[in-house]
Amino acid sequence: MISETIEKPKRGWAVAPNLLDYEKICAGFSWDAARGELDGLPGGRGLNIAHEAIDRHAAGAIRNHLALRWIGKGGETRDFSYADLRLLTNRFANVLRRLGLSKGERVFILAGRIPELYISALGTLKKGNVFCPLFSAFGPEPIRQRIGIGDGRVLVTTVLLYKRKVADMRASIPGLKHVLLIGRPEEIRAIPRTEDFHQLMNDASDDFEIAQTDPEDLALLHFTSGTTGKPKGAMHVHQAVVAHHMTGRFALDFHPDDIFWCTADPGWITGTSYGIIAPLTNGITSIIDEAEFDAERWYALIQKQKVTNWYTAPTAVRMMMKIGTEVISKYDLRHLRFIASVGEPLNPEAVIWGQKAFGLPIHDNWWQTETGGIMISNFAAMDIRPGSMGRPLPGIEAGVVRRLKDGAIEEIREAGVEGELVLRPGWPSMFRGYLNEEERYRKCFAGGWYLTADLVRRDGDGYFWFVGRADDVIKSSGHLIGPFEVESTLMEHPAVAEAGVIGKPDPIAGEIVKAFVSLKPAFVASDELRSELLGFARKRLGAVVAPKEIDFIANVPKTRSGKIMRRLLKARELGLPEGDISTLESS
Amino acid sequence: MTDDEIKALFLRELHRIAPEVELSEIDPAVDLREQIDLDSMDILNLAIVIHETTGVDIPEADYPRMTSLNGCVAYLHSRTS
Repeated sequence: MISETIEKPKRGWAVAPNLLDYEKICAGFSWDAARGELDGLPGGRGLNIAHEAIDRHAAGAIRNHLALRWIGKGGETRDFSYADLRLLTNRFANVLRRLGLSKGERVFILAGRIPELYISALGTLKKGNVFCPLFSAFGPEPIRQRIGIGDGRVLVTTVLLYKRKVADMRASIPGLKHVLLIGRPEEIRAIPRTEDFHQLMNDASDDFEIAQTDPEDLALLHFTSGTTGKPKGAMHVHQAVVAHHMTGRFALDFHPDDIFWCTADPGWITGTSYGIIAPLTNGITSIIDEAEFDAERWYALIQKQKVTNWYTAPTAVRMMMKIGTEVISKYDLRHLRFIASVGEPLNPEAVIWGQKAFGLPIHDNWWQTETGGIMISNFAAMDIRPGSMGRPLPGIEAGVVRRLKDGAIEEIREAGVEGELVLRPGWPSMFRGYLNEEERYRKCFAGGWYLTADLVRRDGDGYFWFVGRADDVIKSSGHLIGPFEVESTLMEHPAVAEAGVIGKPDPIAGEIVKAFVSLKPAFVASDELRSELLGFARKRLGAVVAPKEIDFIANVPKTRSGKIMRRLLKARELGLPEGDISTLESS
Repeated sequence: MTDDEIKALFLRELHRIAPEVELSEIDPAVDLREQIDLDSMDILNLAIVIHETTGVDIPEADYPRMTSLNGCVAYLHSRTS
């Protein structure tokens, strides 16, 4: 351990943390009892996320409480009370009804952080359809693949994004029946096969009653990437809301009058579970900033909005560290009470820097798309061991295992020994499958555990420490990127024979995408060709997924069975020992 | 450096980072991120390379002022004069 423990007070809190007595609350916790924190649909009609997030508050004492405050790029704001959100999401649910959507059909939303995104997402859930967010920085190819795999029926997007990324490939997704555009009416009228989002909303009724919703009905579809194959659609059900609600309370320490800011984009699961759902189910105020990272804008926002709880990401923290603490002293951030981070492990220096910069440590936590909510966390009341992801939440059983040759697993009980992080299935926000990929889903389980593919060690006091990935998935600025997706796109270029893609360590982004390509015989490596390949990949994949660096190599190393040895590429890139290369195909 | 030299440097480095962009279509007054697909690492890399090439010290807090072509020219002038 390289850093000293950051000790928390045992008493005298201005706001007592929800998880003040971790052991006691864990011992008495059950998900069944937690379900009692929510209302359920009236008349025993089941459980619906949108009812818990909006309607139950809109019918009660906090109906006029500020639910969402949206801040535009230019600084303009729009406020939505719980009552406002109820009417607007009712309207969107009626829009979907008018379009004739059947229960369970998928509604994709491709947009920046604009109010329409939040209204559509929650209205979709009300209607009994499935919300599937697409990151607005994706290029056309990731968008086409995801809408295709998810069999999207409706797409909500802006005129600009539609023209740039969807119009040209619309014909290749015939299942997409409706495209609802946000923009100027005359612009929308000129685009064939699209409808005007705001016109439909204006024509829709304010009244909507949520139909019977089984807690196990599909609610959310979040795409994630593996080492191989196409992106996987992780399916989450309405019951996940029990976990969103409780983890917001335990891991993000929500209290009734809190003003919470989750900086994540809803294109990723953090921006949905905690950027949309959890603050609303807890009846607090959630801030949405449309703009991208800008440290001074962020500090000014925290000051002006009196943000109390702040959930951000390591890349942003590292950028703030580079800028330094001096500028922070210009701002009054006294309302800030709790800071958390997720996306990739937060380095110990960053945890400690938080203490210096804000007078508060930054609480790292761990979870993934498949878990639906925070699983392991540093809690407000808990002593922090900088660099550790913390301890499991109440209701979460975590273990460490090693995989055996026959596919079985063996639990590691000794402290400090590296192995794969596993979780005992049964929490409400656990994914229920990968859409249409039963085999890939089954491979995630062994010996009664869910296998996370993250390597960790657990210390003697039950704190978990991240070690690395068990697969070749790349984590760049908190986004999971599948090397296969990038390799496949590069190989569509006529000059490329083979491609191998790795995550290259980077001090700001965690990792950046780096590609190694070998060329077909008629082509010669040159700076012009490198530039062409870079542009080719960026155009198709988008800037966040495409490689930042491309190197030419004579041969992409593969095993005799033809698998790309990305580990070897990475070892060579970093000048590390090459490890076991007995399976390397001789070339 | 003259305005034209700064502009040429900016566009040359932008092309190196995002070769797919039609430089002639860039509106110099508008934030690049509003016009073309750049992520935060691209913006960071652009600012770093401009700092390295011009020798002008650019504190990280000022990077947001360099996200348009005109903004970059104005900023570099303010730092050198």
